[in-house]
Amino acid sequence: MRRRDALPGLGLALGVTWLWLGLIVLVPLAALAIRPWELGLAGVWASVTEPRVLASLRLSFGAALVAALVDLPLGLLVAWVVVRYRFPGRRVLDAAIDLPFALPTAVAGLALTALYAPNGWLGAPLAALGVKVAFTPLGVAVALAFVGLPFIVRMVEPVLRDLGPEAEEAAATLGATRWQAWRLVVLPALGPALVAGVGLAFARAVGEYGSVIFIAGNRPMESEIAPLLIVARLEQYDYAGAAALGLALLLLSFALLLVFGAMQRRLRRGLP
Amino acid sequence: MAVPLGRRALPGLALGLAGPAAAQGAGALLNVSYDPTREFYRAYNTAFAAHWREKSGQAVRLSTSHGGSGRQARAVIDGLAADVVTLALAYDIDAIAERGLIARDWQRRLPENSAPYTSTILFLVRRGNPKGIKDWGDLIRPGVGVVTPNPKTSGGARWNYLAAWAWAQRHAGGDQGAAQFLGRLLRNVPVLDAGARGATTSFAQRAQGDVLLAWENEAHLAFAEFGQGQFEIVVPSLSILAEPPVAVVDRNVDRRGTRAVAEAYLEHLYSAEAQALAAKHFYRPRDRAALAAAGATFPDLPLVTVDAEFGGWAEAQRTHFADGGSFDRLYQPGR
Amino acid sequence: MRRPTEEPAWLRWLLCLLAVAVLGVFLVLPLAAVFAEAFRRGVAPALAALGDPDALAAIRLTLLVAAIAVPVNLVGGVAAAWAIAKFDFPGRRLLTTLIELPFSVSPVISGLVYVLVFGAQGWLGPWLEERGIQVVFALPGLVLATIFVTFPFVARTVIPLMQEQGRTEEEAAATLGAGGWRMAWHVTLPNIRWALLSGVLLCNARAMGEFGAVSVVSGHVRGETNTMPLHIEILYNEYQFVAAFAVAGLLALLALLTLAAKSLLERA
Repeated sequence: MRRRDALPGLGLALGVTWLWLGLIVLVPLAALAIRPWELGLAGVWASVTEPRVLASLRLSFGAALVAALVDLPLGLLVAWVVVRYRFPGRRVLDAAIDLPFALPTAVAGLALTALYAPNGWLGAPLAALGVKVAFTPLGVAVALAFVGLPFIVRMVEPVLRDLGPEAEEAAATLGATRWQAWRLVVLPALGPALVAGVGLAFARAVGEYGSVIFIAGNRPMESEIAPLLIVARLEQYDYAGAAALGLALLLLSFALLLVFGAMQRRLRRGLP
Repeated sequence: MAVPLGRRALPGLALGLAGPAAAQGAGALLNVSYDPTREFYRAYNTAFAAHWREKSGQAVRLSTSHGGSGRQARAVIDGLAADVVTLALAYDIDAIAERGLIARDWQRRLPENSAPYTSTILFLVRRGNPKGIKDWGDLIRPGVGVVTPNPKTSGGARWNYLAAWAWAQRHAGGDQGAAQFLGRLLRNVPVLDAGARGATTSFAQRAQGDVLLAWENEAHLAFAEFGQGQFEIVVPSLSILAEPPVAVVDRNVDRRGTRAVAEAYLEHLYSAEAQALAAKHFYRPRDRAALAAAGATFPDLPLVTVDAEFGGWAEAQRTHFADGGSFDRLYQPGR
Repeated sequence: MRRPTEEPAWLRWLLCLLAVAVLGVFLVLPLAAVFAEAFRRGVAPALAALGDPDALAAIRLTLLVAAIAVPVNLVGGVAAAWAIAKFDFPGRRLLTTLIELPFSVSPVISGLVYVLVFGAQGWLGPWLEERGIQVVFALPGLVLATIFVTFPFVARTVIPLMQEQGRTEEEAAATLGAGGWRMAWHVTLPNIRWALLSGVLLCNARAMGEFGAVSVVSGHVRGETNTMPLHIEILYNEYQFVAAFAVAGLLALLALLTLAAKSLLERA
């Protein structure tokens, strides 16, 4: 038998939590999980393996992965600078990191499109170099990288702060160069946080709609993201098809979150 | 199961009473419409409110909702309490009727197929027409960027697609030629926006493409909004007669007791006043006097109809736009 | 002489400059674009756009939705944090994962699920319709979708902190005979208040700015079911670019204030 707990409130807290979770998240998601099967197993399979659907899933997951991987070094750089260095404007920099969290997605989408369109501030010089960003898969990746950056910085920052310079000092006394200390001491310690950050940025990016829809070209097979296809199916009154695609998207990103979670645990086990 | 459901509905009830749903009811009317009718219905609502006050002595508060035609129809199906729908194509109203919200014979309840105004599809090109675009055939030349929205999500885009198809059938060798033509045309499309308005913005504001396939009224509006002289309208040799239909949503008006005002709202669309207003907003009026008064605004060009050319909307939808239809096949890999 | 754990000065400055450049191009430039577009024709048209009755209605509705959604997530988030951080019970890992779940659900799906449950074609649709209750395309739908999207924010910020603090202080209070509520009020809450506040602020910012999910459950009726992000879309689609970016600028400004408040809190 379990020992009677000294602290009160587990029952109440759990009750409130499950009620909150159940009503807001689980019951509605159950509707999503049940709806597609009116198509039958074969129907569901056919509806999520259409070439156009597969192409959109490839784009959504591919662009999300590229964005998360681009965010990885950038986020690490920003976190490092904010934690380790003192320079004028550091506080502003630190506060600005959360901007994509706080900035409404539709606003971000409009602003990014205005920036990267061939006649925009950044789009015009890039177009002169022959690089097209807006209305291409590259534009999708740019928008997703924007959305994902804070996840990495915010995961790495606290770990870096906790780590402190002592371990590196020890490495230096043992004769390691700065680069060796960084590579062999700092990076492994940050590993789990980096993986967690990439996982979160990735999961968020896969389903992102508001900030992408304006900058993606929405061309089938090429620059059409999966959430847009869900909307397109709804507009053809194909509820089951929309729910099937939604469920597929959800299961895929959930599976990836599990993979990232496992990677994180493995990395953590390797730590002292 | 019964317990959580009941609990869940209670806050819904409380909020529903305080929320926007309660603001409607008698004396208020919701018109659920498609994208490019915003300016027209804003003007018409003012005119109708005055007309209704004069006729019945009652004030009526008119609200409108705009968006892609398919999305709007779906919202009504899912429970948006529209009194009247004024959408881009009959197929979308049929879809609402199929779920029992509107009588099946809705299209016969008002004159002219329940379409008080019509429109067609024209081209909008940049000043001086640098690519020399004169007709549908020019759209498939290499290097010509064509902007059109996605037919899966936009009613206007379906008219564009069918107009192109009708031209190609005559000039590019039947159905097979038309399919090839559309395939080449779509390869020239740099961005397929979700709605007609998005496409106009991409073309006019974001400098995408060389030609915009647009509703006649959108073309004129963009012409006026984005500065005269920036764009030119090109009239192709053939286009399609677009009949955006209107209908009263029977189930909603009966429940809310708004049938009289809803029916009057739609009937008044056929009045001389409303027809002149439609012409002013570049919709082709059915009324001959209003059409004549508009003069050269509406060029005369041969227009095919969906019924005669494609066997009606249900058939056109199945052949071209449903999953696995001709539009999807044009985007299959390996082509 | 520099310490062995410090990079050379040139490298430090280079890294700082790089970081500033990354954030500048990536985050600040889009923000600058919003304000540049809003004030393209001067300050007066931008302000006029905010005074429009439909814009005011959208602002009111946005604040109302956030004012309902945030407290719900605050209560739920704190309850979840208390259970997860202070106790060990079967299903704890599962619960933690489920709370994070809404982060990885596409906003479009979060709107869709409520349509599937409460829409006229959904599970409860006919039952609600008989009773004249409107959930989707009315305020309750907007609130539900917003709660879903901002679900994990409070729990996520509070759980790690409470886990780190452990349960010794509470146990001491319990031994001294403090009841549950007193303990929560005098021991736990003061310990987590700053994290709690910053979670609430982020939750609020996201609640006001959500677009995809509310777009699915809103009827897009001007002055009635339009939140600010939806109003921006409408204005944009009416070619009123200055007005659209003016409202966007106001939302961005609210986001900036949120971040400033959060940054001040963290310093305190």
